[in-house]
Amino acid sequence: MIQVQNLTHRYGDRSALSHVSFEVKKGEIFGLLGPNGGGKSTLFRILATMMVPTEGSAAIAGCDVERDAAEVRRRVGVVFQTQSLDKALTVEENLRAQGHLHGLSGAVLRERMGDAMERLGLADRRKDLVETLSGGLRRRVEIAKALLHRPQVLLMDEASTGLDPAARRDLSRNVASLRDNQGVTILLTTHILEEADRCDRLALLHQGKIVKQGSPGELRSGIGGDVVVLETGDPAALAGGIAQRFGAQPTLMDGQVRVEIENGHRFIAEVVEAFPGAVDSVRLNKPTLEDVFVHETGASIE
Amino acid sequence: MSSFFLPAATLWQRELVRFWRQKSRVLGVVASPLVFWLLIGYGSNDLARFYSGALVLTVMFSAIFSTISIIEDRREGFLLSMLVSPAPRSSLVLGKILGSATLAWIQGLIFLCFAPLAGVRIGAIELVPVAAAIFLISFTLTGLGFVIAWRMESTAGFHAIMNLLLVPMWMVSGSLFPMATAHGWVKAIMWVNPLTYSIALMNHTLRLPNAAPGEMESLAVTAVFGLVLLLACGLMAAQKATRSAA
Repeated sequence: MIQVQNLTHRYGDRSALSHVSFEVKKGEIFGLLGPNGGGKSTLFRILATMMVPTEGSAAIAGCDVERDAAEVRRRVGVVFQTQSLDKALTVEENLRAQGHLHGLSGAVLRERMGDAMERLGLADRRKDLVETLSGGLRRRVEIAKALLHRPQVLLMDEASTGLDPAARRDLSRNVASLRDNQGVTILLTTHILEEADRCDRLALLHQGKIVKQGSPGELRSGIGGDVVVLETGDPAALAGGIAQRFGAQPTLMDGQVRVEIENGHRFIAEVVEAFPGAVDSVRLNKPTLEDVFVHETGASIE
Repeated sequence: MSSFFLPAATLWQRELVRFWRQKSRVLGVVASPLVFWLLIGYGSNDLARFYSGALVLTVMFSAIFSTISIIEDRREGFLLSMLVSPAPRSSLVLGKILGSATLAWIQGLIFLCFAPLAGVRIGAIELVPVAAAIFLISFTLTGLGFVIAWRMESTAGFHAIMNLLLVPMWMVSGSLFPMATAHGWVKAIMWVNPLTYSIALMNHTLRLPNAAPGEMESLAVTAVFGLVLLLACGLMAAQKATRSAA
């Protein structure tokens, strides 16, 4: 449904994307996970036909985003990170204006609006001005708006930014139901791990490059065993000691020593005994997507 | 055809609905030209002479405030979804400009209510050409605002241009002193300043004195200026960006 090939983009001489390639299948929720400034927004803007790439190509539903922008726009619904609603208009007026932009009118538009508001639980707020709605409700209006023309693909840029955890879960449920009931293909960008965990497949984006792709489970299984994080007064010394004694490859992050190792619980007992008094606290984690990201890039997502 | 006119009409309507819901905006736009006019007019004991200038200033302020919203709207607002919709850019541009021009026109008509103070009596029949002239000027100034705002990154830049270009442009347009009495290079600027022709057009239609460019000449220059700006807006908006507009 989405093909991205060798996509490269530069702002002047700063490279924002370099040789990015991936594919998204029909009916999939695909996530682009990475820190801010990693290239997610640039990629999103290119796919949403808001700007053209300096090199490479991208196609959605068989239409090239550069040459066939108008066709792509007909097939894609876009949810922006920032608000794209007119706050001085009501929910209904916003939806109607959006319908008109897509050439919908009359009975068809009324039916689509009713449908979208029903599905996103907005029917009783239809006459309310958008400026009186909460952040979570506004997001739902954004999605309703993006779905009016029944797009095959939904692009969402950091759509859960600024939402509380409950509203975020609510958003994820809505997205999953779109995939399951309407067969919509969804591409979303995020830097929030729990959101990334709910995607079918992910690409980790760092400094404009895809460092790893796969399902959340596949990505996690790439890390051997457990992740142990140690706090200590002298991280460099402890890391050196661990490397020598256990043959592991500890990394230093934010003044902590981080070790990927099998049978973490046994390692903890041994390390505390081997370096008496050096370890202030210990944390044992099953690998998270954050760990995968750290493993691949040496940098943190947040 | 409907895929061109429907988006344009919806944008036009949106401007009017927003305006209606924020009626206090009228005060902000009409009040300062009114104060300027009354101060200068009573001070020099010649309200009639400065009336057209004040009316055009009202229209200019309204056009500027409407088009300045493009800058914010594109970063965070309704314009974003317009840019990724299949509606032709030209129809979006037309809708936005017509909408903003209509608002400027309404505010110009409100200012027209003060015409009796300048000794201008407008009958029902004279109202048609006067209203038409105000609309043409509204359209032109909105186009000018659009051309400036479209590429602008921040509203601060727009304010700088307003103070350095638009307000001075208005000052040397015959609004404060006629072209006939102007000296040397200022006179040359006035001669090429499109606003000079807008003010003259107002003076002609209101039957006010000191209209230096002739009636047909004023009309022609204002109309051509408006069309050129509309064309420029359309071309700018149709350009593909390598640096995102948003």
